[in-house]
Amino acid sequence: MAQKYEKAIAIEKENIVVDGVDVSGHWNRMFEQRVIFEYTPELIEKVASIPNAESFANCYQCAKCVAVCPVDVVGNYGPRKLYRYAQTGMDLTEAPELWLCTTCANCLRVCPKEVNMVKIMPAVREQAILEGKFVPNELQQAFENTAKSGNPLGQPQRKRDAWIQNAGVPVPIIKDVGRPVDVLWYVGSYPSYHPRGIDAACAAARIFTALGIDFAILGKEEKDDADSQRLAGEKGLFEMMAEYNIATFNKYEWKEMVVTGPHELNAFKNVYPKYGFERPVVHYTTFLARYLDQLKPLLKHPVNKKVTYHDPCYLGRHNGEYEAPRKLLQAIPGVELVEMGRNRENGYCCGGGGGGMWMDSFTAKHTTMRLSEKRAMEAASTGADVLAVACPFEVSRFEDAVKSTGNEHVGVLDILELLDRSMRGEQ
Amino acid sequence: MNIVVAIKHIPSIADDLPVKGNNVDFDSVDFVLNEWDEHSIEQAVLIKEAVGGTVTVVGVDLIGELDNALHLALAKGADKVVKITADDPAADSHMQAKWLAEAIKGMSPDMVFAGVQASNDIDGQIGPMIAAYLDMPYIGGTSAIEVSGNTATVSKEFPGGVGMKYAVTLPFVAGVQSAPKPPRYAPVSKVRQMAQTATVEKVAPSGEASSGLAFKKMAPPVVTGHAEMIEGSPKEVAAKIVELLKSRGLA
Repeated sequence: MAQKYEKAIAIEKENIVVDGVDVSGHWNRMFEQRVIFEYTPELIEKVASIPNAESFANCYQCAKCVAVCPVDVVGNYGPRKLYRYAQTGMDLTEAPELWLCTTCANCLRVCPKEVNMVKIMPAVREQAILEGKFVPNELQQAFENTAKSGNPLGQPQRKRDAWIQNAGVPVPIIKDVGRPVDVLWYVGSYPSYHPRGIDAACAAARIFTALGIDFAILGKEEKDDADSQRLAGEKGLFEMMAEYNIATFNKYEWKEMVVTGPHELNAFKNVYPKYGFERPVVHYTTFLARYLDQLKPLLKHPVNKKVTYHDPCYLGRHNGEYEAPRKLLQAIPGVELVEMGRNRENGYCCGGGGGGMWMDSFTAKHTTMRLSEKRAMEAASTGADVLAVACPFEVSRFEDAVKSTGNEHVGVLDILELLDRSMRGEQ
Repeated sequence: MNIVVAIKHIPSIADDLPVKGNNVDFDSVDFVLNEWDEHSIEQAVLIKEAVGGTVTVVGVDLIGELDNALHLALAKGADKVVKITADDPAADSHMQAKWLAEAIKGMSPDMVFAGVQASNDIDGQIGPMIAAYLDMPYIGGTSAIEVSGNTATVSKEFPGGVGMKYAVTLPFVAGVQSAPKPPRYAPVSKVRQMAQTATVEKVAPSGEASSGLAFKKMAPPVVTGHAEMIEGSPKEVAAKIVELLKSRGLA
């Protein structure tokens, strides 16, 4: 990939005559301008001129970002490399590289120049989409599904709360409750529709009920948060969904919102405020960690497993929650928590963020393996029996990844499912 | 080049189709743009981009919600949109073809595209009937249309991997099976901008037509056979599959 963009021509000469003396060899480049001045800055300026993508031009190529970029581990990527590709002829608005970044923010964590890919990528993608440039087909489908059906899976809106039949406990719908509630639980698209997501949703319903929490869900009124669609470049779609969601959230009286997914947390806590929504929102791990004292006596059945925990980028790096998930896991009798090499602030990305969830086939074509596969191998190398997750994107991603890398012996479970197992025993 | 695209709004089959009496329960079903019409629009916009001209999209507004589909068409490159305000969700393809033909007549089109079929009544009749009403030739099942001067080169696919190209003199009506490229994406911001700024021309339905068919009963199909699930370990299952294929002369 490094040789892909060959606009630049080195001007080192075979021979050069200086004051009548013929000097040969590599060192004669000293007598000419440095190669770098031959590069055109136009394609870097093209990116940096897009609002919110200005920091692209700040890069001074120290390459700290490349060392932590999860895509570089399975390919040839990273902000510094993108800068270099742009110098040598890559137009980011048209290149496949535009779609590989998962906005995991590990580069931003180490960047001394604050080159912010979390802002750059959505801005450049939005520009590319508006100009009718290439958009991966799978991603286009997810956008269209979200616009038409209210969720990226393309499932019917009126089946959004069909999962509650399987919960085994009553799951109140806020419209029917008819009074203020303590907790509005925003379930999310994958926990509402994806078969393995539904498992986590049912577990959460049972845990909330066992703790005596006064909660309700939006039911058929709930629609996707659309934060990942925003990061994938569809700001208009995001704004349409945000307007609907904010109006829906504000129809009802509740004290605090609990979300199943870190992407929803990021949307409602960090982005929706720009659209006028400022109410308390927490991720379920943060919320349940507050109830540890009440929760512990309910965890009666030991889960005798070695468990490793994958930090979701949007829970950890983006929102600073590293400890609550670990506290919950350690509260389960029998669980031995082991860490992967890359954890907490340096956690490896599952590949699902920034729209990556809907570009798996596209990404696979431009990398040596999926990010989720790399992470599944890391989990297996700890000797863990279970890879515990706290993001609804991850269960399906990692279940596929443990299979495709020959690590089926590693189970993939949401923390909610592990807590539920300890509460009720193996079902 | 004056291209008219006739579209159809149909009940969504993303979910189980609700039934009321002897027809679809139109009050509890979402209406969506017919999938083949998305290809018709793409095909029309591609021709416009290649040789210039205007694209007019016209459809029958059955439940007062056609605007969304029309705004989407504008965002994808259509120039003008027209809705026939029928307000009759049960209007069949014969009725709609008549109304569409009456609306299109005054537009003096060089080409009229319609999706080759729709998932509600799969009789594929809208295109041919419009052609009959407009007294134009019809070519159905197209996979690519290119225009040069007064002639279009129309590609069709046949079973068995056989393709054929026709030279068709304008004007004509085509039933579009697919555009040569997947339908483009229209960013939501563009669609919303169209919703705020564009004008949807309204015309009243004109004319009468009927398929002569009446619904007697609508019910889910009776399941007569089941798939056989093979139990066992992957190895056992694989062995059984091989056995089955052999026993039926397939391997």
